[in-house]
Amino acid sequence: MKSSETMDIPRIKEPTPLQETWYHLKKNKGAMTGLGIITMFVLMAIFAPLVSPRDPLAQQISERLTPMFTNGYIFGTDDLGRDMLSRLIYGARISMTIGVVSVGISLFFGIIIGVTSAYYGGTFDKIVMRLIDIMLAFPYILLTIVIVSLLGPSLTNAMVAIGISQVPRYARVVRASVLAEKESDYVLAEKALGAGNFELMFLTILPNCLSPTIVQATLGVGEAILNSAGLSFLGLGAQPPTPEWGLMIASSKQFITNAWWIVTLPGLAILLAVLGFNLFGDGLRDILDPKMRN
Amino acid sequence: MIKHILKRLALLIPTLFGVITLVFLMIALAPGDPARVMLGERANAEQIAQLRAELGLDKPLIQQYGLYLSRVVRLDLGKSIATGQQIAREIADRFPATIELAWYAMIFATIVGMLLGVTSAIRRNTWVDYTTMGGALVGVSMPVFWLGLVLIMVFSVWLNLLPTGGRMNIRYYFTPITNFYVLDGIILWIKEGTPKYLWSAIQHLLLPTIALGTIPLAIIARTTRSSMLEVLQQDYIKTARSAGIREKRVIYRYALKNALLPVITVIGLQFGLLLSGAILTETVFSWPGIGRWIYISIGARDYPAVQGGIIFISTFFVLINLAVDILYSVVNPKIRLQ
Repeated sequence: MKSSETMDIPRIKEPTPLQETWYHLKKNKGAMTGLGIITMFVLMAIFAPLVSPRDPLAQQISERLTPMFTNGYIFGTDDLGRDMLSRLIYGARISMTIGVVSVGISLFFGIIIGVTSAYYGGTFDKIVMRLIDIMLAFPYILLTIVIVSLLGPSLTNAMVAIGISQVPRYARVVRASVLAEKESDYVLAEKALGAGNFELMFLTILPNCLSPTIVQATLGVGEAILNSAGLSFLGLGAQPPTPEWGLMIASSKQFITNAWWIVTLPGLAILLAVLGFNLFGDGLRDILDPKMRN
Repeated sequence: MIKHILKRLALLIPTLFGVITLVFLMIALAPGDPARVMLGERANAEQIAQLRAELGLDKPLIQQYGLYLSRVVRLDLGKSIATGQQIAREIADRFPATIELAWYAMIFATIVGMLLGVTSAIRRNTWVDYTTMGGALVGVSMPVFWLGLVLIMVFSVWLNLLPTGGRMNIRYYFTPITNFYVLDGIILWIKEGTPKYLWSAIQHLLLPTIALGTIPLAIIARTTRSSMLEVLQQDYIKTARSAGIREKRVIYRYALKNALLPVITVIGLQFGLLLSGAILTETVFSWPGIGRWIYISIGARDYPAVQGGIIFISTFFVLINLAVDILYSVVNPKIRLQ
């Protein structure tokens, strides 16, 4: 390898990890479809006030249960005469927030617990791992129900509950990759140069452990959206009149016989958004971890 | 192997302990006075004081916890605020409905999921594979309760083929025998000579089974496919093929058998999750099981009932996981021979 400098090989600028990932990503049709869907929903969420044709909360009782493509309502109206299209667009805002915030909570605590537990090892690690095993043994849907019952039903509490209930999964993923890295030469080198524990854990090791965590987080956003819709459906998440997709399905139940669109559309929105994150997450996993292909 | 099983058994006790503690904290730390919340606005001070005494809420937290633990250990889950019945009794009455639904959903998911998984592994990278795996991805991305509502809308409301909910035609004067309605239907067919009960039980089961089974089906299909693909690349498969053994036999006798290990784990895990997923499905289909009962109890703020239901389902979940883990270590020679 040393002689490469003397050899007459034209120097190629090495791609950054990000460029490399993007290069493979572009060739993965599933991942690109997923990314497209996610981008669409994120744009919808950010620009909701600009792109939604009406106020999502404004009731027009005389126009209630207007079918799709009638009287200027592309997706019709619901039982209180609210514009379905606008409610779906604002719903993207709520669901994207839920996904990002609850995964953020899981990531924050999961990373701290996973990194410290793997780095220090010993009894501390054993106790933490036992606690994590216990939490993983608890079915997470029930765990979120318990936490929401503790905190009281609201959208914020649903996000917190979903975030907390997933912490053990992230802690496990992070711990496994830190264990694999912590004895590497570059870590020992940093240590020899006098780096402190905090620096070693979060600035030296952590950046090299991010790939599996990123995959988990991407898939986690989709799962969080599904879970929060379920909680809202049970009356434990968003409260009326919030245009949350799960809640929209719950309150449309009685109209199943005469207004199919108010039942079907919010579900399709959830399906599409979650599918986007699943496609993108699966694609990322294939690219970042070739071992897990198939 | 024995060591592995003992280790898992040792984990059981702290896990159940953790579950009970969490569920206890649910009432103890709930904002406001739980007794007032449970009794509602119209309750007078005397009633509230009485309920507080009944639930032991007037004692210090540690003492409450000790009392609660000692009661749960004796399987005394207390009385439901809404009905005044013993909660253990309420659970026992509803559990057969939940188990029956979960059982058929799991059978449906396992058979169809494995078939699809094997098929798409054999026809890797063909349109069959793409369609199946695309379908599986849609399956895991779907909200179960929404799928349930759409099924009701299509098959019950539009096509008028299947009932919208419940377990049995309410016009039949039906007294359950085992509380597993399909089984009851068969018994009554033999005893009374009419298959109408069995037929009605099956009709009521169909849609909830599909709704509840879809997610596990998709996950089983994906696991079976990737496990099969891995096994099909092994040398002994090549050897079997080059020895001239028929392809069908290679796939079903040689490959599938070895590909089953991860699938068994997934099936077990999914069965445990089904019980908690049943809250949503049972609610949609008015299925009179534990899930719907927990949902109703949440709405009625019947905290002792919610606590009891959650403790029960979690315990069941933990036990199933344990059973799967033990089964796995028995089946897997790598662990068995350690």
